[in-house]
Amino acid sequence: MSVPVRKFDAVIVGAGGAGLRAALQLSEAGLKTAVLSKVFPTRSHTVAAQGGVSASLGNSEPDHWHWHMYDTVKGSDWLGDQDAIEFMCREAPNVVVELEHFGMPFDRNADGSIYQRPFGGHMSNFGEKPVRRACAAADRTGHAMLHALYQRNVRANTQFFVEWMALDLVRDEQGNVQGVVAMEMETSEVYVFQAKATLFATGGAGRIFASSTNAFINTGDGLGMAARAGIPLEDMEFWQFHPTGVAGAGVLITEGVRGEGGILRNSAGERFMERYAPNAKDLASRDVVSRAMVTEINEGRGCGPNKDHVLLDITHLDPEVIKSKLPGIREISIKFANVDPIKAPIPVVPTCHYQMGGIPTNYKGEVIVDEKPVTGFYAAGEVACASVHGANRLGTNSLLDLLVFGKSSGNSMIDFIKTAPKDLPVLAMADVERSLARVERLNQQSNGTQVNDARAAMQATMQKHCGVFRFKDMLAEGVAKILEVEKMVKTIEIADKSKTFNTARLEALELENLIEVAKATMISADARTESRGAHVRDDAEDTPERPNGRDDANWLKHTLWHRDGNQLKYKPVTMKPLSVDTIALKTRSY
Amino acid sequence: MDEVELKRILWRSRRGLLELDLQLERFVAEVLPTLSDTELALYGDVLLLPDQDFLAYVNGASACPDARLEPMIERIRAAQR
Repeated sequence: MSVPVRKFDAVIVGAGGAGLRAALQLSEAGLKTAVLSKVFPTRSHTVAAQGGVSASLGNSEPDHWHWHMYDTVKGSDWLGDQDAIEFMCREAPNVVVELEHFGMPFDRNADGSIYQRPFGGHMSNFGEKPVRRACAAADRTGHAMLHALYQRNVRANTQFFVEWMALDLVRDEQGNVQGVVAMEMETSEVYVFQAKATLFATGGAGRIFASSTNAFINTGDGLGMAARAGIPLEDMEFWQFHPTGVAGAGVLITEGVRGEGGILRNSAGERFMERYAPNAKDLASRDVVSRAMVTEINEGRGCGPNKDHVLLDITHLDPEVIKSKLPGIREISIKFANVDPIKAPIPVVPTCHYQMGGIPTNYKGEVIVDEKPVTGFYAAGEVACASVHGANRLGTNSLLDLLVFGKSSGNSMIDFIKTAPKDLPVLAMADVERSLARVERLNQQSNGTQVNDARAAMQATMQKHCGVFRFKDMLAEGVAKILEVEKMVKTIEIADKSKTFNTARLEALELENLIEVAKATMISADARTESRGAHVRDDAEDTPERPNGRDDANWLKHTLWHRDGNQLKYKPVTMKPLSVDTIALKTRSY
Repeated sequence: MDEVELKRILWRSRRGLLELDLQLERFVAEVLPTLSDTELALYGDVLLLPDQDFLAYVNGASACPDARLEPMIERIRAAQR
């Protein structure tokens, strides 16, 4: 079958912060660079990032990248690679100042320097006291970042292919990456984008869970494409959750609601936090609250027809207090839960927010398999695992990750492209044909599973069996269940087979990516029999040898899930930084 | 309005912010099919707003400075009630 081929020096999939930062590097170096995006670049999910970007600029008080590095290693529960973490924290001031020069409207001090504010987990002098390290543009940091980077890319002549969806990676017989197969949404025509270097910057896959703060576009397309192409996925058991999102919607209810007197209740109306945290009760820490909520649901005391959430009750508060102090929460509840919290409690559930794992890379953005770079293949941002976030991410390090590793992968691609032969090699057709066959199966399938049914089954299974707090038996059952869901996904069908902007086809293709991430997550989580960072299990006991259930003797290592046979392999954590001493293992407590 | 434009508008109702995705979901399912060509074109213009502004207008946190778009934003708001 003949497929039109478009040729570039570099092709980048995804136009969020990481993709745009990398593209800028390449285009400004004079390379012919294509960026593919499902949506207009400034509507990428980076737009949702509000908190800020961290850098030890020390504009308000003394700070040092080494302290930032310590906070990041500690946040990662020592699963982060210390070479990548050193690189990121050292580079942070440079990339933030660069962004300022690109026109980013950072909040400023009276003297004109970038204003910095305190943020959870940011400390000076190796965990001693809070430090102001977060740089922000009001509550629109991600939005402003996308706009600054997009404008700059337009000026640098980056070629944008907007409303295109990448379908599959193209590798030759030696495994070298040659580009991607992609579909133009307007026509459903399939093309090959051939390039000397290919970067995935497709973001995370938070939509594998029933309750997620992620926008609908976050379907882990890069992860699905990588897995199908034989690239393992690293540390996929680690996901950051927030305890209280509106059940069924995912929109967050701030923890301030419990501060104002909100009470969590189970199906019997019981204030269950009294049993789990007799003193702090509903004001206990995030992980204690999440764990209690999930335990109540698992033991059959959840609410609603599916007993899959609990209730956050503020009906005992004075309606005037709710109206004056919590107007935003009232509006969210009315809109997304159809409940006025003055009259009835809000259904809530722990909600997925951020993916720590991803495509294994080094700090240069090169994709690493069997300790060697995959020729021509790079990844950056939430889709990648460098690994700087390890088992849990420090707040404001996600935007920093996009800037630092977007830039470093761009530089690595430039170096590689400069040494590559001038002419592109003959295109290997095996992966292209597999990709076309995948699209064709969708067109031909009948008597199959509906996309919405298969997606709902996947999301419910992930939420119930592999959520914020995990139980040994539930995980084992979850593995069997998700493999059943995979069978459903293999037969998904679409009624609408039209060519133009066929949303049904796009959603089916997205689901084929999500299911790869769901399997990787469930299987990796089932195998890791310790608690570390965001992966918390009921059977990992807190003992003097294994504080908080963390088992360094057996589990100080990265998981690598392989799609072929669902095999798990492991690789050591890089404990040696680039220039400083190792930050030695310690119990993580705040 | 031609089929391609309508379907393009449907896809563009996918946003970078979950809150907008959710608010547009019901509007797209229930209201969009009832819109005239003129109204659809107006909705197409609303979709060109930056996400953070769009959300602020839909939530009523700030007023849309473009009076032409305001009636459509009100309809999106109403679809959620």
